[in-house]
Amino acid sequence: MPDPGAATYPGTWKKPPLIKNDLLRWGLWLSAAIYLALALGTLEVNWSRVAEGIPRGGKFLAAFFPPDIFSRWDSILDGILESIWMTVISTVAGIGLSVPIGLGAARNLSSRPVYLFCRGIIAVSRTFPEVILAIFAVKLFGFGPFAGFIALSIGTIGFYAKLLAEDIEDMDPVQAEAIRATGASWFQWINYAVQPQVMPRMIGLAVYRLDINFRESAVVGIVGGGGIGATLLTAFDRYEFDSAAAILLIIIGIVMCLEYTSGYLRRWVQ
Amino acid sequence: MAVFQTSDGPVWKRRTTRQQWLTWIAWLIGAAIVVFSAKLISDKTIWFFVLDAGVQAADMAERMVPPKWSYMEDLWKPVWDTINIATLGTMIALVLAVPVAFLAARNTSPHPTVRAVALFVIVSSRSINSLIWALMLVAIIGPGMMAGVIAIGLRSIGFCAKLLYEAIEEIDTKQVEAIEATGASGPQKLAFGIAPQIMPAFAGISVFRWDINIRESTVLGLVGAGGIGIQLDASISTLAWTQVSLILLVILGTVIVSEWVSAKVRHAII
Repeated sequence: MPDPGAATYPGTWKKPPLIKNDLLRWGLWLSAAIYLALALGTLEVNWSRVAEGIPRGGKFLAAFFPPDIFSRWDSILDGILESIWMTVISTVAGIGLSVPIGLGAARNLSSRPVYLFCRGIIAVSRTFPEVILAIFAVKLFGFGPFAGFIALSIGTIGFYAKLLAEDIEDMDPVQAEAIRATGASWFQWINYAVQPQVMPRMIGLAVYRLDINFRESAVVGIVGGGGIGATLLTAFDRYEFDSAAAILLIIIGIVMCLEYTSGYLRRWVQ
Repeated sequence: MAVFQTSDGPVWKRRTTRQQWLTWIAWLIGAAIVVFSAKLISDKTIWFFVLDAGVQAADMAERMVPPKWSYMEDLWKPVWDTINIATLGTMIALVLAVPVAFLAARNTSPHPTVRAVALFVIVSSRSINSLIWALMLVAIIGPGMMAGVIAIGLRSIGFCAKLLYEAIEEIDTKQVEAIEATGASGPQKLAFGIAPQIMPAFAGISVFRWDINIRESTVLGLVGAGGIGIQLDASISTLAWTQVSLILLVILGTVIVSEWVSAKVRHAII
């Protein structure tokens, strides 16, 4: 028997909208729809060509299976090893260059002009994808892994120096002050106050960048920067899709191994 | 931490003798690998070209200025295409990444085998660069923007799904339990217990990936998959360096704008 004096509560509930203003909400939906229509319009899909192409595409896909490792094994092995050496050396060199740039780009460590200069270097190397860097490296240094090494090292600076600088800006100033109060010199201050605070994260990021550099090393080869990418491009150009599939599977396998190792390493460091 | 007993009393050292040796051996192995890779890379390098690089760079810089501003008329359409490739590709990726993420998250995955498959999808999508996806798709569906859109989509699934499933694994289980206690069904639990909790992460991830995709879609044209990369490739092949410098400036501008937009949007959401 319900109490006649009790307030009546609504029996249904509706989720409140994320954006309260009706006009704004519908306006956003409308502009999204207009944009989508315009963007899809530029795709220029020729549907009859697509219909024709689907069976052909199926044939192409079928050509990837089964992956064939053995008939090009020598060049695959050569490319993979070259990629790995390139990855290692460019990660080490890139991080070596990133440390001074990262220190300079941290607002709490450096003076204004140095800060702007280092931030400029970071911004430029972050903007251009490794492939564009590789194109120019190939123009300047000639074909081969050296160009890839230069491109990947510059790419590493943009990534690593930026994160290092941000980590230093976020550090605990109390510890830094304590070290400074002992009369430490600038280098001692960096070594005992800053370095221990940023080190664990930086080691993790170094391993992560190694992982990225390996993946990118597969791409710089497409524009002539050496490594497995060159082998892959050759496989595509010769229509040897089964070899290409094998190369892709090897890349996936190595990246998976790296990912597990890096996860393990990061846990060990922290 | 170790304390050694000496004739002068106890002495504190950071590491035990054994740890000290292990650290040194690790450094030794690391240094050996780096030196070895450096040697292999330098063996494959034609040093004559490398030493020539300074002259080449000066020559190229001279040919690149001033940028050919009148070429800009031909670039508006490719820039628009580039942005569309990134946006549509990100949309495809998000639509596909959501189910993959739910299957890969430990707390929502129906079965460990399904989880393993989902994780494999994530790793393979992440380990193959969008340029290689594009290379493959151009072979299968022919050159054009469509290949670029799908390449960006396939590449981004792994990234979005990985970040999303980590967000799903970190949700507050109490809220889901509360929804469950009202007698909600499985999909209702998903929609009202889990979805609102991961919504901010989802929005952040999509804007973040969109920003990365703008950068990546600028180079897809190198393998024929649409966007401003086609003009870049054509200009480099015809040695039209004044056009190249203009294109690089345009890419720089686009990336800066997209970074600004994504920073604004993320700031508004979080």
